[in-house]
Amino acid sequence: MATVLESVGKRTLDDLDYVGSLNIQLWATLRAMRTALPFVGNRYRWQATVRQMLQIGVDALPMVSLMAICTGFILAMQGASELRRFGALNYVIDLVAVGFTRELGPLLTAIAVSGRSGSSFAAEIGTMKVTEELDSLRVMALEPVEFVLAPKYLASLIVVPCLSVACNVCGIFAGALFMFFSTHLSPALYLHYVMNSIQLHDVVTGLIKSVAFATIIAHVGCLEGFRVRGGPDSVGRSTTSAVVKSTFLVILADAAFTAIFYFTVKS
Amino acid sequence: MPIISIRDLVVEYDGRRVLDGLNLDIGQGETMVLLGGSGSGKSTLLRQIIGLERPKSGSVTIKGVDITHCSGAELKKLRRSIGVAFQSAALFNSLSVEDNVALMLREHTALAPSIIDLMVWMKLAVVGLAGFGKLHPQELSGGMKKRGAVARALALDPEILVLDEPSAGLDPIVAAELDELILLLKEAFHMTVIVVTHELPSAFRIADRIAMLYQGTFSSVGTKEEIQASQNPRVRQFLDRIPGDMAHAPAVAAYFEKYLQTQEAYQ
Repeated sequence: MATVLESVGKRTLDDLDYVGSLNIQLWATLRAMRTALPFVGNRYRWQATVRQMLQIGVDALPMVSLMAICTGFILAMQGASELRRFGALNYVIDLVAVGFTRELGPLLTAIAVSGRSGSSFAAEIGTMKVTEELDSLRVMALEPVEFVLAPKYLASLIVVPCLSVACNVCGIFAGALFMFFSTHLSPALYLHYVMNSIQLHDVVTGLIKSVAFATIIAHVGCLEGFRVRGGPDSVGRSTTSAVVKSTFLVILADAAFTAIFYFTVKS
Repeated sequence: MPIISIRDLVVEYDGRRVLDGLNLDIGQGETMVLLGGSGSGKSTLLRQIIGLERPKSGSVTIKGVDITHCSGAELKKLRRSIGVAFQSAALFNSLSVEDNVALMLREHTALAPSIIDLMVWMKLAVVGLAGFGKLHPQELSGGMKKRGAVARALALDPEILVLDEPSAGLDPIVAAELDELILLLKEAFHMTVIVVTHELPSAFRIADRIAMLYQGTFSSVGTKEEIQASQNPRVRQFLDRIPGDMAHAPAVAAYFEKYLQTQEAYQ
């Protein structure tokens, strides 16, 4: 019994330590973010941010688009099979449009970015730690948080919401294709229905979620990298851990945000 | 007044004492070699001198500033006058060799890009890498990486140059070339040089004074002539390459005898 309590206590302390480290890292990055901004910050840091934006965003666009189109089709087909029985096939448009804008767009994007970039952040920073590159930065009077983390976080904050919007567009486009082939609904009329069904707060809540997901992915990925101890095997473990933890936290945050918006934002 | 002063330095990892009350003064323009076997605490001492770790107690004073108690800003300022080349070279793999050398100049000076390019070329020329600036670290041999690390350490013309195991893993010719380079740098730039090594020929070639570490304490500190003439048993063991009792023969024999007796008892 004592052993079980001990392990529960240890696990709780470890989790609290992890959350505390994430918070400390977040505030340190926010303080350092000014240096990564264009015009007012450091030129080289902004260049690094742009490189990160290309890697996180542009390179992920084909994958996110394809995922969104497939999911849009699946959602439309599954919805149609039930709604058809009630003669409410038109509500497939609402289902796809609102479903993607509020929920699926940000969530799918976050899962794709977590798998691609969260793991890449952990591997890159973990390798820098193992090869003493982070120590090199410190002895060169450069802060790793400012030099490595701030560009990644800023890039994620800019690119993940943009990817979410692209994901929404692709998902809704898949809905249009389904409606065209199943009911011969013209794309213009589909677009009209979509515009009627989506409210501004749907878009805003989706973007708020995206920003939160970007924060989780960037910080969990980087923290896993900074926590690497030992050799290359530890880098591999941190990469896996970054994906697992960030995906879990993204879904947890999604549930929390959805609950908050459900009770506070009136449709 | 010494440029570096170490007083009663104690370092512990998880309760295990690694450095035990060290005292050492290093004068301006002096080449101090920290000599000792594997696990004697050389690299730990070096990490204390460059401020990467904080000790349990004691002080490390560089240019009159106690780096164990100074603020982050003071430490950053001080680090600009210290150049460090790590054992693994720790060049940034994502940057070319010339960008590695240019990094500190871009970050800490307001020099025009053309001046920075010229300075980078000069630093690379000093270490014999003038034609290799465009290459990335992974395209260089071990010796070239180490020379690249020295060039980067020299970027801001530091007053103190710290080299961790510069000749480890290199063939005797490249190691000798690095020794000559260290002597050249000292003569040309009047730097204070601290070298961590366990390579005896290298130590006696470049040192003004040698501090011999054994199990976290200095077993002997003196000029190379004094060290060579020392009758300290630890120094003699190291210099005369006398094997220790790591593989204590009687103990190993007793272990095997006991093992065989156990096996016979089972049969």
